[in-house]
Amino acid sequence: MKHIILFSVLYLHWIIWSGKFDAFHLSLGIISSAFVTFMSHGLFIERKKVSTKIIAESIRFIKYVPWLLYQIILSNIHVASLVLSPKMPIEPKIIKYKTKLKSDIALVTFANSITLTPGTITADIIDGEYIVHTLSRKVADDLMSGEMEDKVADIFDEA
Amino acid sequence: MAVLAVIFIVTGVFFFTTATIGLLRFPDFYTRMHAAGKGDTLGAFLTLAGLALYNLHHGFSFDAILISIKILLIALFIFIVNPTATHAITKAALNCDVKPWEKKETSK
Amino acid sequence: MESFFIYIAMFLCLLVILALYRGIAGPTVLDRIISISAIGTKTTIILALMGFIYKRSDMFLDIALAYAFLNFIATLAAAKFFRGRKSIIPGSRYIKNRGGK
Repeated sequence: MKHIILFSVLYLHWIIWSGKFDAFHLSLGIISSAFVTFMSHGLFIERKKVSTKIIAESIRFIKYVPWLLYQIILSNIHVASLVLSPKMPIEPKIIKYKTKLKSDIALVTFANSITLTPGTITADIIDGEYIVHTLSRKVADDLMSGEMEDKVADIFDEA
Repeated sequence: MAVLAVIFIVTGVFFFTTATIGLLRFPDFYTRMHAAGKGDTLGAFLTLAGLALYNLHHGFSFDAILISIKILLIALFIFIVNPTATHAITKAALNCDVKPWEKKETSK
Repeated sequence: MESFFIYIAMFLCLLVILALYRGIAGPTVLDRIISISAIGTKTTIILALMGFIYKRSDMFLDIALAYAFLNFIATLAAAKFFRGRKSIIPGSRYIKNRGGK
């Protein structure tokens, strides 16, 4: 199953990036996509329980993206104002954040969301604790309020 | 549509500028990481979105749509990849015990 | 509209030179790495703009994508290489703590 998905994704990318639709390029795409699928099939991990939930998860994830974009723009403006102000009122700190998420994909999504939001960088996960570097007190408080974690937990049904 | 594209591109370049100024001004490695890693991501995304919009303003021919899809794919790629690189470098720094800079009043 | 793209590209080149200062003067190796990574992102944008200036978007966009890939892989490889090495901090001669954690 995962081979078919990987092959389709690769072939779609081949079609978009080559931009030619004659028989020679299309068949060359099939050959190279199949070769890459064969070479890299050990790299991808299959999810433990594949079920019909995956469609609902995708829909909820797409709903989550605009909210994330809005947050990113807001906090980017915050960081820009920090950079441009002459006195530069920053208070960098390393904080630990205990999480309630369990599955790998939820952890990765949450970590990437934290890193994308300016002012916070995820450095490591040790035993379900994120080690986060924060730039100022405001963004640390934003993270500690746990709103983003609730949203991620909501996507993957881990409330 | 061209006006909208110009607004997007100028906003993106503004974020690029703040990222570079932050890279020059901030006191230590971690804070520079904040400025460079994230200002660049949003700046690149906005600039490429503006370019994709401008590309469509002559009309929706097949080639134009294909090029816009390519531009958006590059933007998506940068959007996924930049946090990953940021995270990798920060983890390398933490493993080497690079001390974070703190405010003068709080440090002992 | 072309002149607008040219001005934007020139401004980005100026930003690249400013970021290069951090790459040359940065006290630690990691400062240099993030400086190079930021320059790579800006170069991707400049390549996309050049495609519009020369009206050859199809060609320049492929180059831009390849540049973005190379930039990412170079950053990851450098971060992996320097993980757990004391040589990051200037002034320390010995190598300890190899292998992380």
